[in-house]
Amino acid sequence: MDLHTTSLLVWVPLLPLLGSICNGLLTLVYAKSEHGAPRGLVSAIAVGAPVLACVIAFTLFAQLHGLAPEQRLMTQSLGTWMQAGQLKVGMDLMLDPLSALMICVVTGIGSLIHLYSVGYMGHDRGFSRYFCYLNLFTFSMLVLVLGQNLPMMFIGWEGVGVCSYLLIGFWFTDIAKANAGNKAFITNRIGDFGFLLGIFFLFAFTLHHGGATLDFIRLQDFFHSMPQGAAITTTVATTAALLLFIGAMGKSAQVPLHVWLADAMAGPTPVSALIHAATMVTAGVYMVCRTHFLFDLSPLAQIVVASMGTLTALFAATIAITQTDIKRVLAYSTVSQLGYMFVGAGVGAYSAGMFHVFTHAFFKALLFLGAGSVIHAMHEEQNIWKMGGLKAKMPVTYWTMLIGCLAISGIPPFAGFFSKDEILWQAFNHHHHVIYGLLLLTAGITAYYMWRMFFLTFHGTARDHHKFEHAHESPWVMSLPLVVLAAGSAVVGFLGVPHLLGGSNMFGRWLEPVVGLVEGSSYPTSLEMNLMITSVVVGLIGIGTAWARYSKPVPSTEPTRAVWWDILWNKYFLDETFEALIIKPLVAFSKVFLYRGVEEEAIDAAVNNTPRVYAGISGAVRTVQTGLVRNYALLMLFGAAAIALYYLMKFASLQ
Amino acid sequence: MISLQHFLIASVLLFAVGVAGVVGRKNLFIVFMSIELMLNAVNLSFVAFARFLNQLDGHIYVFLVMAVAAAEAAIGLAIVILLFKGKESLNVDDFSVMKQ
Repeated sequence: MDLHTTSLLVWVPLLPLLGSICNGLLTLVYAKSEHGAPRGLVSAIAVGAPVLACVIAFTLFAQLHGLAPEQRLMTQSLGTWMQAGQLKVGMDLMLDPLSALMICVVTGIGSLIHLYSVGYMGHDRGFSRYFCYLNLFTFSMLVLVLGQNLPMMFIGWEGVGVCSYLLIGFWFTDIAKANAGNKAFITNRIGDFGFLLGIFFLFAFTLHHGGATLDFIRLQDFFHSMPQGAAITTTVATTAALLLFIGAMGKSAQVPLHVWLADAMAGPTPVSALIHAATMVTAGVYMVCRTHFLFDLSPLAQIVVASMGTLTALFAATIAITQTDIKRVLAYSTVSQLGYMFVGAGVGAYSAGMFHVFTHAFFKALLFLGAGSVIHAMHEEQNIWKMGGLKAKMPVTYWTMLIGCLAISGIPPFAGFFSKDEILWQAFNHHHHVIYGLLLLTAGITAYYMWRMFFLTFHGTARDHHKFEHAHESPWVMSLPLVVLAAGSAVVGFLGVPHLLGGSNMFGRWLEPVVGLVEGSSYPTSLEMNLMITSVVVGLIGIGTAWARYSKPVPSTEPTRAVWWDILWNKYFLDETFEALIIKPLVAFSKVFLYRGVEEEAIDAAVNNTPRVYAGISGAVRTVQTGLVRNYALLMLFGAAAIALYYLMKFASLQ
Repeated sequence: MISLQHFLIASVLLFAVGVAGVVGRKNLFIVFMSIELMLNAVNLSFVAFARFLNQLDGHIYVFLVMAVAAAEAAIGLAIVILLFKGKESLNVDDFSVMKQ
């Protein structure tokens, strides 16, 4: 394959990094001043950097598009990063259809979120610090996406982890929010550990079998050259794939490592949008698609991915039914939608999974920014039971959110319909009928809880009159991104219209050189059509149920308080279970054994007793030093006598 | 006939007297003289060995020791005078600390 090189590629991640450094320096320079750095300058740098990066990303995308499909691969090498023995890791960036798609999403949606943040964070004291982190977040995600080898990806992977920690705990004076940041970081570390083990394993294996490499393209060639179908190939691929998938589970919030994502709502709302739409959580799906050659070789790993995805989708959707915090509803819907994406990847339809990543980025960013707009208008009120009737006050937010909700519910012709239906169809097509059934159920639940949230927020009558009176539509910097994203949510689905509906699945074709494309089916087309209609009907039933229950003026508490409601409200008591099974024993172990036992009894005791021993010895020896000359003379005499005695005995024994 | 043993026994006795003086007496001058006594006890055995082994080495050592003893006496007496000036005392045990 011809390798095209490009010198433009590095600017895509570099620009946000420069923006981050500039704003970081501004923050330091103005640290002592009353108002912080000048907001105009900060916002110009912060928004300008990703917008420029976005322009470059689209240029590169166009360049890539101009090449023949099998030649669509551009690389840029920035030198060697580290070299030790046979390990050689280059600072290499790679642009192929998959990463080109991702950088467009990350910079495009990222830019809109940056713009929106200018309005949303306008009154915050940490304005410049916020944008420093936000740009760094974009940078990390771009490195993750563009990295040509696993260590490069890992750097970006850790980078988004750090930035999510910084941004979730942005208002760090609130201890609960700081703890949420910790939780996100620590939960992610568990996944990262699996990812690291996967990297080590792949390196060790390739090292012992002819050429150590961590480069994606070389790894793919390596696995393709292994005996296909042999036990060793399957075993190795399964081990590596499952280890990497643990990393993906942490980053993409799959059960049971999803607990951090709901708490991540502690951060500013645009951050949630960035985490959920453009960066961070999609990294896991991206990584699975990037290393698809491993999953392709391992049926076991595929079924694990698909099962975990299904479980997560259903699990999170049921929790979302009961949540009252507008952002938490959205957070659980993200977890649920990520489950869909993993099912797509797990059944081997990687382009279907990536298509859902793509459309989800639009409508989830839209929903979060819309929610942020509502929260901003309601003066930081996040409880949907205290809202209601906002339709009249906030028309732009209302109509854009309407589109977002239609999209996520899978109503044609909005974006979510095409991508979600593609995943459902591929699950069915690959004979995973149970998974299909559960996902269909989840689709209904999704529609139900999204519209519950929607009706409670915008319809009915105001339940908190004081806050309602002060509610107002957001400024243009906030509503413009909403409108753009709403337009996107409405139309991007048409990029992946299946053959059945007269389309050509452009999206799948674009990704075909990287991840392949699943076409054809053993089922008749009429069945595919029926399944499609079924999923739309299920979505409509969900919306209808929500309409029946919540569109009327309703009291300000949830009508149902059954046992199952409590279980869902408490998220299946998973946090409590972790607390009891892992955290409590760990803390107790630390306190009793590590602190009392090791720290106090062993280390402290060793440190404290060392001088005591010397003090004792020197106390005993010091008594010899009387200062009396006659004592010394006497000791000298004894010494001389001892030496004389020694030699005498030596000579005596010689004779 | 006086043999080597007799000389050596005399030398050991002299030496023992010297040691006892150094360790046991308190007066600086007595201690000082006891040291001279020890040196001379050694001189005696040197000379005795030289005489009985028919070698000159012992004599040479004796001269060496006498020269050193003379030098030591000069310096030692000077030190004693200085010590006495400081503390108005000739008791060895009074000089158990370095500073004045």
